[in-house]
This record gives sequence, C-alpha cells and structure tokens, in this order.
Amino acid sequence: MATAPANVEAAGVRSSSRSLFNGDGVARIVTLIFALLTVVITGMIVVQLWVLSAESRHAFGWRFFWSQEWDPVFNKFGALPFIYGTLVTSAVGMLIAVPLGLGAAIFLAELAPRGISDFLTFLIDLLAAVPSVIYGLIGVFILVPLMRTEIQPCLKRTLGFLPLFTGPAYGIGFLTAGIVLAVMIVPFIISVSREVLLAVPREQREASLALGATRWEATWKAVVPYARTGIMGSVFLALARALGETMAVTMVVGNNPRIAASLLGPGYSIASVLANEFSEATGSMYVSALIELGLVLFLLTFIINGLARLLIVVTTQRGSGMAK
Amino acid sequence: MNLAWRKTVNVIMLSLTGLCAAIAVSALFFILGYLVYHGGSDVDWNFFTKLPTPVGESGGGMANAIVGSGKLLLIAALIGVPIGLLGGIYLAEFGGKTVPFIVRYTADMLNGIPSIVIGIFAYAVAVMPVRHFSTVAGGFALGIMMIPIVLRSTEEFLNGVPRAMREGAMALGASKWRTISSVVLPAARNAIMTAILLSLARVAGETAPLLFTAFGNRFWSPGWGQPTASLPVMIFTYAVGPYDDWHRQAWAAGLVLLGLVLLVNILVRTVLARGISAQRS
Repeated sequence: MATAPANVEAAGVRSSSRSLFNGDGVARIVTLIFALLTVVITGMIVVQLWVLSAESRHAFGWRFFWSQEWDPVFNKFGALPFIYGTLVTSAVGMLIAVPLGLGAAIFLAELAPRGISDFLTFLIDLLAAVPSVIYGLIGVFILVPLMRTEIQPCLKRTLGFLPLFTGPAYGIGFLTAGIVLAVMIVPFIISVSREVLLAVPREQREASLALGATRWEATWKAVVPYARTGIMGSVFLALARALGETMAVTMVVGNNPRIAASLLGPGYSIASVLANEFSEATGSMYVSALIELGLVLFLLTFIINGLARLLIVVTTQRGSGMAK
Repeated sequence: MNLAWRKTVNVIMLSLTGLCAAIAVSALFFILGYLVYHGGSDVDWNFFTKLPTPVGESGGGMANAIVGSGKLLLIAALIGVPIGLLGGIYLAEFGGKTVPFIVRYTADMLNGIPSIVIGIFAYAVAVMPVRHFSTVAGGFALGIMMIPIVLRSTEEFLNGVPRAMREGAMALGASKWRTISSVVLPAARNAIMTAILLSLARVAGETAPLLFTAFGNRFWSPGWGQPTASLPVMIFTYAVGPYDDWHRQAWAAGLVLLGLVLLVNILVRTVLARGISAQRS
C-alpha cells in the first residue's frame, strides 16, 4: 500500500505529456480539486469561527473564560459556567463509561467465543448508530423521573455527606447528563478497545498463562498493559464525543448556567447553550459571544482528538513493528 | 496470595467483564423496547400522511417532517458524496505524499468537529447572507458531516482492491482513468455504497446542526429556500414541549427515526457487507 503512490507518481511524471489526451490528467486534476475542497471547507470553518467571534473576543478578552455573568440584556458574557458544565458532565460520563467499556471490551476480545463476540459487537455498533436525540428522548421521559424518585434520593441517603450529592433531587442535572453521555460513548470505547485488544499477539497471553497466571491475571497484567496506549486513544476519542455532544445533554442537563459542587442540581454546557440560544440570539455581541463559545468547543475537541489519534498511531506502529 | 484466592478473583473479575458487556448490549434493547412501548400505538397511517395539528387538537402526523428529512438528506448527499467519493479516489489512486497527508489529516479533524459547530458554520455561510433559515442551509450542514466519512471509507475500500486487477487492466492497454472507472470502482462498488448509506443513516439523526439552519416548520416547506421541519428537530421540540399530545408524537417520531436508522444499518451491514467479503475471498 505504501509503495503504490510512489510508483503512480513516477508513472505520472513520465507520461504527463500523453496523459492529457487519454483523460488521466483531467481525472487527476478533478479528483484533486474535490480532495482539496475538504481542506478548504475545514479551513473555512476555522476562519469563520475566528472572524465571527472577533467582536466578543475584543470586548471581553481572556475575561470571557472566567467570568460567570451571562446577561444578553446588558451584553455581558462569560463562559465559565458553560465550560464547567461541559467538563463536569463529560467527566461523569467518562467515570462510568471507561470501566464499563473496558470491561465489555475485555469480555468481547478475551473471553467470548468469536461468533458470539462478533454478534455482540454488531449490536454495540448498532447502539453507536442510535441518534443522540433518541438518547435525549429516553433521558427526558425515562431516566429523569427515575433519577428524581429513586436514584437521587438513594444517593443522598447513602452518600449525602459528600458535597457532590446534596441539594434537592430535581431529576435533571449534571449527574443525569453524565449517565446519558456514558451510554452514548460506551460503544466507541468498546469497539476501538476490542480491536486493540484483539491485535495483541497471542504470545503475550500464552507466556503469562504458561507461568501459571489465571486467565484474569494474564489479561490484566499482560494483555491490557500491552494495549494501554490504544485503549487510551479510544478513551480520548470518546471524551471528544462527550464534550461536543449536544442534544441528549441539552434535554437532561437542566439548562441553568450555574457552578456548584453538587452533581444533582441543574447546569448547562457549551453545546446546549448554543442549541438553545443561537437561533433566538439578537444583537451582534450576543451572536458573537455564542460563536466564541463554539470556537472554545472546537478547540477543546480538536486538542483531545489530536491526542487520541497520536496515541492510536503510536500503538498501531509499535504493534506492527513488533509483529515483524 | 494463595491459589484459591487468585481463582476467586479470576472468576469474579471475569464475570464482571461479562456483566459490563451485558449492560452495554442491553442498553440497545431498553431503548428499542421503550420506543416501541411508548410510540408504537401512535405510528399509524395519519402519522405518515398528515400535518401536525395545532396544540390541543389530537391526531395529526409528521408528513412534513418526513418529507423535510428526505429533502435535507438529498442535499446532503449531493454535497457529501461527490466530494467524498472523488476526493477518496484521489487519495487512493493519484495521491503523492504531502497532499494526501494534509487531506487525510483535515478529514479526520472535520470528522471530530462537534455537529453543533458545523451548524454555526452553515449558519454563517448559508443563513446570515440571505437572512432566513432554509432547507439548503440544513442540507449543507449535513453534507459537510458526510464528507469525511465517505472520503475515508472510499479510500480504504479502493486500497483494498487487489493490485492484480489494476495491473491486468493496464496490461490490456487501458489508461489509468479507464482502469479506475471500469475496473477498480466497480470492484469496490458495494463497499462504497455501504459507506454512503451508513453515512446517510448517521446524518439522518443529526439534530444539532439543523436547529439554526433548517430550523423548523409547522407546514409544508415549499421549494428549497424556506425553513423545513425534520424528524430529529420535531422529536426535540415535541419532547421538551409541555403537552402530553406532543410527547406521544415525539415517541412515535423517535420510533420511526430509530427504526429507519437501524433498518439501514442492519440491511447494509448484513446484505451488502456479505457481498463484500464474498468478493474479497
């Protein structure tokens, strides 16, 4: 695969004079233009976000990031409650999804027979295809009432001494949003981690089993550490999804720009405030501040995605290097 | 650490991993079950043929939202498929080193951009200049989201076509483009169709980028320049609205949307994908 493009290019140089007649040159240029359109569109997204948020960036500067005020009437905008909400809901989601996803991936890669594993992975892939608004629907009508009447009162009774679980049980809030996020990102963690675990060489397992390790010890102490970087990659990919997830969070987080220690109360997130307020925003400063929030969200996910890809590339290269 | 203890830990941890897998898979059945339970009785002929009724009147359907989603997907396909497909052909067949690297990198970056941010971009490009929401703007946002998926899978599947097939065509005197268009592309056709259908199914459920591009519409949307209703946005609006009647409709719409998405996924992954593996072997 790696040598093909080089040959093609050499051939292209040799026959460049003839190629215009048989259509090769035209095809090359046309497909190149379409390929570059991808770059142009991505570039335009970044430029538009930057340019359109100029008014807000100039007016608030770095204060935008630590001001808690969000007052469209007096044109005072601060992003802190939204950034806080995005980070907290994602953190709750990750705390639930990472152990769950890793456990399921271990089961699918190490224990389940291949046929069953493939079938379950197929179902997990279907779960990943469920639109986020459907998760929101289930969240609003099933999870929120359940949280209000059962789970949150129970948490308050048992763990109420922690500041995390205080205050009235509304049903909506950071914790509920985090749980919905967890279910949404678990499929990504499972399918990538399973692939990574399946790519671990057999010798790694056999060697530790031969030394007398139990199945679990072999998995946990030999296989998982070997695949660690790739698993981290899948975790970061899932994190980027969680940070940018809009609909499901909007429907259950409570939409109240608030910073509080308790996970039970309502909050807000960057994506939700965009979903709720963007189409109704009046005044250029208001729109500009919302677009700056979009820029912040873009940068957050961009950095996390970059890290994820780096980790996955490192693992796959190390893996193939060892295979040789 | 004696053996009995280690064996106990072994059994406990292994059963826990099984439990994790069971929980993750059961989420799918919970979602499907709840949707059928709450929405099943409201999915009837009216749902597909009638407009939404004013608040308070029962009955009515989401015909305009279903047609609206179809129109949005058509525009999305018109934008996403040519760019993704031809770009993918370039990456797999013509590319050198630098340009494909940049294109791949930006495509992955584009794939990671949250859908709501894509919505802002579509708003800036297609709504702000004309000062009103439109079907085209919504389709444009969805089309952008399709590009990276179609692009990367086209490249991957074209790379999977055996070299021998290309060389055979070349040896018969076919030009490079002739080889691609009549040998390589047909060989990868099913796989590429799969990728396109899956990407359509993925953007069909996208809500966030439509909120301030296609917006919503209680009536039929004439032409392409007006705001239009769509299934996902209807589900959102109806679910967060205060009326019981709306909630029932939201469940029904959710069932229809999920049914369509899952149907496409299952059909494509079983029928078309089987064709692919048969071809490869």
